[in-house]
Amino acid sequence: MSNKKEKKQPFDGLNMAEIGKLLKQLSDRIEYLADIKGDPNWGELNELRDEVNNLRDHIFEFKEDELCKRLNTLEDRVSFLEDRTAKDLTPWQIVNIVRNPQRFTLQDILDNVYDSYTELGGEGECNVDPAVVVARATLHRRVKGKIYSHQVMVIGHEKGRGEEFRNGGCAKPWGNAKALQYMKVAETEGIPIHFFIFTPGSYPIEDYPGAAQQIARNLYAMSKLKVPMVAFISEGGSGGAEAIGLADIRLMASHGYYSVISPEGAAAIEGKIREGQRVPRELIEHCAEQLKLTAKDNLELGTIDRIVQEPPLGARKDDFSFFRRLRYEMIRATDEVVLKTKSLRAFRSYALKRQSEEGKEPPEEFEVFIPWDISTDLEIERLLEIRSKKYREISKGYYYEESQGISGKLKKAKEFASKGYYEIRYGLLRPHKRHVQKVLEEVSGEGQVFLRTVTEPVKAAYDFVFPQPKRPQKILKGEGQERGIFVDEWDFWTSPLANEDRTVSCPNAQKYGCLDLWVPDLYGEFCGVCPTCGHHFPLEYQWYLENLFDKGSVQEFNEHICSINPLGFKGFDERLKKDIKKTGRRSAIITFDAKVRGIKLVVAMLYSNFRNGTVGAAEGEKFIRACERAKITRRPFLAYIHTTGGIRIHEGTLGVIQMPRCTMAVREYIDSGGLYIVVYDNNSYAGPVASFLGCSPYQFAIRSSRIGFAGPRVIRETTGQEVPPDYHSAKNALKRGHIQGIWDRREFRKNLYNALIQMGGPHLYYR
Amino acid sequence: MKHKTPDNNMELNLNDLLRQYRADPYEYFDILSPHTGTVTFKVKEGELVRGPSGKWHQKPGTLLFYLERERNQKPVYATGEGEVCKIDYQFEGKFVEAGQPLISIRHKLSKDEIIDKILTKVLYIFAAPQRARYFLNPDIAVKIESSTSKSKAVEVKPGDEILTMSLMKRDTPVIYDGPEGVIYKVYFSSGQMVEENEPLIGICQPDKLPFVKRVIERIKTEWED
Repeated sequence: MSNKKEKKQPFDGLNMAEIGKLLKQLSDRIEYLADIKGDPNWGELNELRDEVNNLRDHIFEFKEDELCKRLNTLEDRVSFLEDRTAKDLTPWQIVNIVRNPQRFTLQDILDNVYDSYTELGGEGECNVDPAVVVARATLHRRVKGKIYSHQVMVIGHEKGRGEEFRNGGCAKPWGNAKALQYMKVAETEGIPIHFFIFTPGSYPIEDYPGAAQQIARNLYAMSKLKVPMVAFISEGGSGGAEAIGLADIRLMASHGYYSVISPEGAAAIEGKIREGQRVPRELIEHCAEQLKLTAKDNLELGTIDRIVQEPPLGARKDDFSFFRRLRYEMIRATDEVVLKTKSLRAFRSYALKRQSEEGKEPPEEFEVFIPWDISTDLEIERLLEIRSKKYREISKGYYYEESQGISGKLKKAKEFASKGYYEIRYGLLRPHKRHVQKVLEEVSGEGQVFLRTVTEPVKAAYDFVFPQPKRPQKILKGEGQERGIFVDEWDFWTSPLANEDRTVSCPNAQKYGCLDLWVPDLYGEFCGVCPTCGHHFPLEYQWYLENLFDKGSVQEFNEHICSINPLGFKGFDERLKKDIKKTGRRSAIITFDAKVRGIKLVVAMLYSNFRNGTVGAAEGEKFIRACERAKITRRPFLAYIHTTGGIRIHEGTLGVIQMPRCTMAVREYIDSGGLYIVVYDNNSYAGPVASFLGCSPYQFAIRSSRIGFAGPRVIRETTGQEVPPDYHSAKNALKRGHIQGIWDRREFRKNLYNALIQMGGPHLYYR
Repeated sequence: MKHKTPDNNMELNLNDLLRQYRADPYEYFDILSPHTGTVTFKVKEGELVRGPSGKWHQKPGTLLFYLERERNQKPVYATGEGEVCKIDYQFEGKFVEAGQPLISIRHKLSKDEIIDKILTKVLYIFAAPQRARYFLNPDIAVKIESSTSKSKAVEVKPGDEILTMSLMKRDTPVIYDGPEGVIYKVYFSSGQMVEENEPLIGICQPDKLPFVKRVIERIKTEWED
């Protein structure tokens, strides 16, 4: 604790009130130690606890001198145990520190870091979502005796102190919507935002606006928010953290954790623990270690920028020196973001100065006053560019990029040349051509009107004298041709699943009386669709590769980017090898150029056979590169999700960081004029849906698919609520407004073509 | 409009009916083969089975047998709770036709189930004319709410507007067209969507009322679940 040095002094000459207070503190420290260790009797804590309780209960039976003597002994023993614990804190113990009720909360930060604040959009229980607190706060900076004030928007999770209504800091979808609402207010007012992340994860319900959808919306907005943003992470639980985590600088508490999944959740998956069964503690501790969730690990991985040092056993609500440090770090981080947009030289000198101050106690005064407003367009542009570059660079190097030799160099040269070609064709010539076309259309339109008034009476008289037979109208290519897979291509690719002589039952047989289906028919002619009820049986991703796109048009790229085991997660290498052998591929995403009825497009496809379509650093990189390719070539971009199980837990926060990274890429693609369409199939859950997929303005689902944030088991375990069996069905996703339509697999090609024509319109290849 | 009327002969035979239920307090239902196929039984005679469970009946009941056709092994689950009282073992491993009774399950009737069965025989059931939301006439609703066992029961006669049927925000009064009597039971909650032909209210003839009440009371106190 902050006043530990004072406590180490002998407690002689204290009065009863002071002794009582110290005994209470000792009792808290003993409980804190027991919680960290997860063992109430570690280091014979029970004995210490009994002695403290005994002294507290019979305080007036002892003389003050006797009490002080005993207090000194107890203090020595507790301090010794604290030092021992602090020396070798394990990741699991750090998780216990973060979850401890004695840890500081957002309320403590608002009280101690900021000089004044007003909570917005709620107060205590009277709140849209008490787990998310928004406040307009003021920070004073003392420079050479003068006081300057800064206005900031503070947005964060509030865990509360024993307040059940805070829901442990689990933001509900409408809580995240509230956060977004005030981010936009800050943007309008041009004030920086300070985010404080104290969440074990988002509350996984699909009620409108939907957990996944809202996180995706937040990320999409934050990627180009025109104000400086600084985030501080104490408890960073995956997607819930990302909902307010895409910041220009990400600070992290030295005793905080930032993870893709809770250690218990990871242990349940790794140990294949059945629902309701107890997860062994050893497994939880093992997973906590493997997930690399500590501040030090995250700094090494590059998913955070800086660590804010806490006291040896973590900061608690009364650690005022920590709040002083946090205040200093928040101001410096905001300064840094602002300065980066101003002048490079000024920032360099500032950064150098900062480095020399590392490890020192935060000073009372600042050298200079830096206003936090970013006013000019150039500065805003620079801010967004730096943010974009920052997220583009994170997690680079945590995938394997196979050397391609001469062919790779040739490919690069070709890409470079094509970049130039597309830049000239679409960047320079096309706008000019469009401008000329527009002028011509206007001129010819006006001319036609003028001419018509002159020629119309003559033409009418001529037509009356010499009537002409009416000719049929020309049908434009592609118009009114309702062509399905069967009509225009009889030689479609048949799934190997069809090579079996047996029948299967439709899962809806009891409800709709579906007849049994002969497998060669089902997977051949019926394309895996029950002809009675329309239930879609799962098909392999190859079926789509072969039947959805024009024959021979699929040209894969970036196959040389491979998934690895960046955290050295025990046992994961073997599983990765197994999947590589099984699929012949090296990541869970396939990116390729393709055509649909002549329309060129870039496609990213997450598929089930490789780690259940989970997203890690390699998948994120491939997705971003596909996005960039679509941007360069000015083509529509399709994300076809055959299946995704979410973020790959074995890559820890390197996986989580793909959420903001890929969303940033998507945002830049859409902003530059691209058409982004997402189609979900089979199962699509968690992180990807809550970021780069969920942010698409056009999302469709193949019938019988399931879309959501968390699966039924996680919902049950987190919320204690049962969910109906069709909770995640495409039909319900449509009802909730998550997707824009449901497509039949047999008409996928036709629907995709129509969507490209309809949504793209005349600007199919860029607005 | 289809309404179920009570069997007139039943009123005097309630005691017989009770005696019958006491002697054999079970309901029997047969499990038939849904289609042709080869049967493999997975339960034994005397075994207790359970029906579908879960809030949405999402968990299937006990597996009774497999029926295999064209290498498609289809599991057949128990549709209700009870005891397997008969299995046609002669069909074990044999090919059967569709609709062949294979297993009999006897379900022990609970107190409430017996009361329900008796009431459906004794009461005049006024059923929903079509799928819609139904509301009791406010006067009747107040009377039902305030009526106790001692106070006078709520009487209805043909031509009374007893209900309001609401469909697509359009309210239509429902005229009662059954025999004169008192409302004994309301089967729906106000504003609930009721399917066509599902029971709405049960009417008891006034002279039969004390007798019915007595029988129900007897079941409630004497019957052992």
